Amino acid sequence: MIQTAPSSGRINTNLHLTAFDVFERSTAESSPHWLQAIRKAGISHFAELGFPTLKDEEWRYTNVAPIAKLPFRTRVEDRLSPDLIEAHGFGLDCYRLVFSNGSFLPALSNIALQGTETTQEGGIIGTLSAALSTAAKHNSPTNDAVFLLPALRKHLGRQARANENAFVALNTAFVYDAAVIVLPGQVKLTKPIHILHFTSSPKEPITTFPRTLIVAGPESEAKVIEHYVGFEAEEYFSSAVTEIDLEGGARIEHCKLQEESAAAFHIATIQAHQAARSHLLSHSISIGAKLARNNINGVLDGSGIECTLNGLYLAKGDQLVDHHTALEHAKPHCNSHEFYHGILNDRATGVFNGKIFVRPDAQKTDAKQTNRNLLLSDDATVNTKPQLEIFADDVRCTHGATVGQLEEEAIFYLRARGIGLDNARRMLVHAFAADIVNRITIDEVREKLDQQLFDLFEK
Amino acid sequence: MLEIRNLHAEIEGKKILKGIDLTINAGEVHAIMGPNGTGKSTLAQVLVGREEYAITEGQILFQGKDLLELDPEERAREGVFLAFQYPVEIPGVNSTYFLKAALNEVRKHKGLTELDAMEFLILIKEKMKILELDESLLKRPVNEGFSGGEKKRNEIFQMAVLEPKLAILDETDSGLDIDALRIVASGVNKLKRPDNAQLLITHYQRLLNYIVPDFVHVLYNGRIIKSGDKSLALELEERGYDWLIEEQSALTR
Ligand SMILES: Nc1ncnc2c1ncn2[C@@H]1O[C@H](COP(=O)(O)OP(=O)(O)O)[C@@H](O)[C@H]1O
Ligand SMILES: [Mg+2]
Repeated sequence: MIQTAPSSGRINTNLHLTAFDVFERSTAESSPHWLQAIRKAGISHFAELGFPTLKDEEWRYTNVAPIAKLPFRTRVEDRLSPDLIEAHGFGLDCYRLVFSNGSFLPALSNIALQGTETTQEGGIIGTLSAALSTAAKHNSPTNDAVFLLPALRKHLGRQARANENAFVALNTAFVYDAAVIVLPGQVKLTKPIHILHFTSSPKEPITTFPRTLIVAGPESEAKVIEHYVGFEAEEYFSSAVTEIDLEGGARIEHCKLQEESAAAFHIATIQAHQAARSHLLSHSISIGAKLARNNINGVLDGSGIECTLNGLYLAKGDQLVDHHTALEHAKPHCNSHEFYHGILNDRATGVFNGKIFVRPDAQKTDAKQTNRNLLLSDDATVNTKPQLEIFADDVRCTHGATVGQLEEEAIFYLRARGIGLDNARRMLVHAFAADIVNRITIDEVREKLDQQLFDLFEK
Repeated sequence: MLEIRNLHAEIEGKKILKGIDLTINAGEVHAIMGPNGTGKSTLAQVLVGREEYAITEGQILFQGKDLLELDPEERAREGVFLAFQYPVEIPGVNSTYFLKAALNEVRKHKGLTELDAMEFLILIKEKMKILELDESLLKRPVNEGFSGGEKKRNEIFQMAVLEPKLAILDETDSGLDIDALRIVASGVNKLKRPDNAQLLITHYQRLLNYIVPDFVHVLYNGRIIKSGDKSLALELEERGYDWLIEEQSALTR
């Protein structure tokens, strides 16, 4: 057992370290050695890093101490019904993987019951648990599992940096199940994939570790929705990690939609690696949770890459929502665009930190970052900071951040046409949010979200 | 319809309107002319309820109601419309959606039923023809990326849809080429009815070749220093404003 003495200023991690021992023992039999090794590495990184504190530059505004104090319990409790899935399904014709408190629910999902499926285009969708259990049936392992396991073994934990981020380390240590998408070269999925994570903790807070792995082979294409939903006012901690590996010319649209319960803690990291000519279109829509932190990191590791990060965060009451993006331009001739909008009401806090590294090699980089914030109340605050580190000379990097109220001129124009003050305000706030949501190319998701925004702001 | 009595307005302590008297009856077209910076736009903004201006004296009655008591949206619903000199761009607010919301507010106020999407579409198709406006503009956010001329035409298009009782056009002619000016002017003329009125603000007489006013007023230094019929506009075109200003200062000296 790994023990660290709780020195002053550090948050005690003994609870988590002890829980790991129990978890490790209980999963020893069902887990292959490579997976056990990944978990072990995760916990030792966690033990070394400890929980971040406000003294940590990366966590200046986001206090995670309350998370560390939650009783640490991971538990499966099935409160899901087909109706509930449908209510959160966008009416979308898709492959759907449903997880409840971190465990895969094949009966409520929309892929082959065994939990792995090869699509007609040749893409493989499944889960870590299903891949392990079907592969274990020695007499007849399915093709999907035969394909998925080596991919998992090769890619799980490869991009995510457990050595740099305590929550990535913790997720890696406790990785139990995972959504896995493997696209062999040229495979272009026509239907999107909807990964739906429900967390429910009616009695006591629980902790879940959602994990997603997307491996997109050369020239492959897919659209993935990663969706977090909770039950009203239930307290829990959802600690997610997503790894996206885009090989040459691959195109991935990734839409993360965070609608956790208003009492939940949500900390998530998306780590993308892009090879030459690949396109990543990422959307991070953050609506729920008491505290939400999103790390969205990309390495642009080949030329001719496009990377677009869109984000919309809405916060009210005492919510805190924090986005940290970090893009590393490692090679020449790549474009990155970041568009983040925030709407903060009541006493809510928004944080946006956008890092862009341009390596000496990365000439002709074009990086553009915009973060605009709308404060709807005097007590709402935003901390926004671009962080550019540029080591090449022939580059174009622009950034702009604004924090403000609605434009009086626009409000007056609407009123002068007969639209009441309240409606004019709502219309403008909705427009500000829709500017980001409109960039989602999955029609059903975009339309549902826009309707949700309409209900929120214009009804 | 509109009665302005001894109106004084100031902004940031600066006196801009210094005693305006003006009466406009239904069926009339009035023009207000004057050099730049004399308070023409201020008068227009005060009429539609811009809150930055303080009214220090005077009264405005619109169809017998005290206009100064009403919010901007209430004035619009009562039938006061301003075609802005500088229409603002409103990113993200779709033109059609916006105009339907505006029209339905006006209709509600009049006790009429609200139009549904289909009825509204039929209406705007018809009105668009008057302004020879491209349909694609209405799919875009309000004024966003519109050229100067398109913005002005869009203002008059909104006027055509909302059918105000009193339409105030603030320098609608500026920035229009001659063809666009003809289209806009003929649109405005088509919208003229015995039960509505128009107030044109301009500092060129050019517009008045196409929209013939019943009355012309010269605004200078916050006051109407001369009123006349359309021949006054022609005289101003020929002789400029200086003679009038001198005449005026001779009077007040
Ligand atoms: N918002 C404002 N703040 C300060 N001064 C203003 C403002 N608006 C107008 N003014 C001043 O009021 C005067 C009249 O302006 P305006 O009504 O726009 O004139 P016009 O339309 O006749 O050209 C000008 O001197 C102008 O600078
Ligand atoms: Mg003016």
